[in-house]
Amino acid sequence: MSTATVAVRHRLAERGIDRQLLLLVPATVFVVALFIYPFAYGIAVSLQPAEGGMLAAYRSFFTDAYQRDTIMTTLVIALPAALLNVLASVPIAYRMRGRFRGKRVLTTALVVPITLGTVLTAEGLLNFLGPAGWFNRFLTTTGLADAPVRLTNNYWGVFFSLVITGFPFAFLLVLSYLSGIDPSLERAAATLGAGWRQRFLRITLPLLAPGLATTFCLTFVLAFSVFPSAILVGDPSGSTRVISIAAYEAAYVRYDYAGGAAAAIIMGVVELLVISIVLGLRGLLYTGSTAGGKG
Amino acid sequence: MTRFDRLRLDGVTRRFGGADALTGLSMEIRRGEFIALLGPSGCGKSTALNCLAGLLPLTEGSIWRDDTRLDTLPPERRGFGMVFQNYALFPHMSVQKNVSFGLQMQGVARAEARRRTAEAIRLVHLEEHATKLPGQLSGGQQQRVAIARAVVIEPSLVLMDEPLSNLDAKLRLEMRTEIRRLHQTLGLTTVYVTHDQEEALSLADRLVVLRDGRVQQIGTPEQVHTRPANRHVADFMGYRNLLAGHADGARLTLDPSGVRVTGTPVEPVPDGTPAVAAIRPEDISLDGDLEAVVEVVEYQGREFTVEARTPGGLVLHLRTGQRLTPGDQIKAGFPPDRLLIFPSAPADPA
Repeated sequence: MSTATVAVRHRLAERGIDRQLLLLVPATVFVVALFIYPFAYGIAVSLQPAEGGMLAAYRSFFTDAYQRDTIMTTLVIALPAALLNVLASVPIAYRMRGRFRGKRVLTTALVVPITLGTVLTAEGLLNFLGPAGWFNRFLTTTGLADAPVRLTNNYWGVFFSLVITGFPFAFLLVLSYLSGIDPSLERAAATLGAGWRQRFLRITLPLLAPGLATTFCLTFVLAFSVFPSAILVGDPSGSTRVISIAAYEAAYVRYDYAGGAAAAIIMGVVELLVISIVLGLRGLLYTGSTAGGKG
Repeated sequence: MTRFDRLRLDGVTRRFGGADALTGLSMEIRRGEFIALLGPSGCGKSTALNCLAGLLPLTEGSIWRDDTRLDTLPPERRGFGMVFQNYALFPHMSVQKNVSFGLQMQGVARAEARRRTAEAIRLVHLEEHATKLPGQLSGGQQQRVAIARAVVIEPSLVLMDEPLSNLDAKLRLEMRTEIRRLHQTLGLTTVYVTHDQEEALSLADRLVVLRDGRVQQIGTPEQVHTRPANRHVADFMGYRNLLAGHADGARLTLDPSGVRVTGTPVEPVPDGTPAVAAIRPEDISLDGDLEAVVEVVEYQGREFTVEARTPGGLVLHLRTGQRLTPGDQIKAGFPPDRLLIFPSAPADPA
């Protein structure tokens, strides 16, 4: 091999271009075939409505209040649920980051709901929180409430369902972010006179915040695409008529594929908007190493 | 700054599960003293430091600052500064903010905090790095930030947990001098944990040698260096030749070979009981009468480290300026005042 070709190969390798790049081919094919192609196909379908111009499906979505309001309905369910999941994870994960007896059992108990399907969760919710469920029977027999409190087949049913399935996810993420923060930082802060509140607010929280933003984005996306629980434990024609129901109805009830695709694309755009706002704010934070030094 | 005259540790004990990490550490630290806790890894020296700092609760015992009981206070209320082995700098704060953190926590007025922060940063020669984040500094610079952060609050006691162990050899020597100089200028009472006997000897006013969680010896560097209290301290302080034998007054019959040597008993050893003779490699002379054959020679700059074996199977380590080669015959001698004789406790074979 001549020295010239060697030199070219070295120069390319220094820019990260070498034969190992071929290892990325299967993953790229996978992403293109299973994500980019269907996504592009969806956009194309949404732009070819049966009647009207290219943007007719979008226009009818936004002009029809019954469709348009699903965006707000979904946001009103998904944003608080995601926020609660993240905020509730922080103190629990904070207490659990050290080693202690029974940590495995407790972690398992907190994470098990992730393995339950939404349908099982919905059934449990109906049995427990429903009008004739244990919770309401407890309230009425003890006299704490005169009539059963309505906690299912409305906003709260969906909200609880999203918390039950979303919390383990947020908790696991937050726990791993927290374990990545060098514990000697808080100890150093303590020797410098910081009480637990200041240690948390000035050391741990700033280092954890970027992780919380990422966790929020992921749980928000999960919550925003809520579908089964909005029907099973919600009020699918009223307060929990979420955007995925609108898309489903358009595509499989009215057979308006362009309308369904448009709703799905709008759903994606709203998610992207929320995520870019959160990640934009995250960019303002310190996002470097969370170690206290060498070693 | 909480001034004190004496810091008293009274039977400080810490157990982890069933294992004793530190047993009955009792000592008094005077104001301005530089104390080194010295011992091999796992000897309990870091445990002792963390107990002092309040990062580990005591299992037994108490800690007193003059007449104030300290061991029941949380770390943030003890007023001690601590330098961590991995520095533990706050990665999201600039050098300045790291250093001023403690002052802020103490509620020091802003103008004074700014002045003291600048002064501490100047003390460790980091003026031009004051606005950088720790991640942008080298290891030695990070270490200096950690020291500035600990001393700026003018603590009544500074605790240092192997602060130099992550630095390379040259930087370690530089920082050692720096720490000594800081101690001389500020006069801060310091407890310094290290496994490096040379570091301890050069920095400390008094050494505390620990082994298996128990104090072996407390003394000045010279006392510990020349008169180790027992064979374990001797072993740790560079007495590389530990020769087993049986005592006979000031004389010792070495075990496998039957060679008789004369030395200085550190404590009375009953005749005929097992004993250990300890001597440093540099104290073995080459004009004695114990014949040995050179087996390994290591070049050490000005000297050679030599391993030699006697016909009786005794292995000797010695240092000499003579250029020896493997196979050379030597005649080793043991100056009686340099050969220390220790009783070997029956439970620990020499």
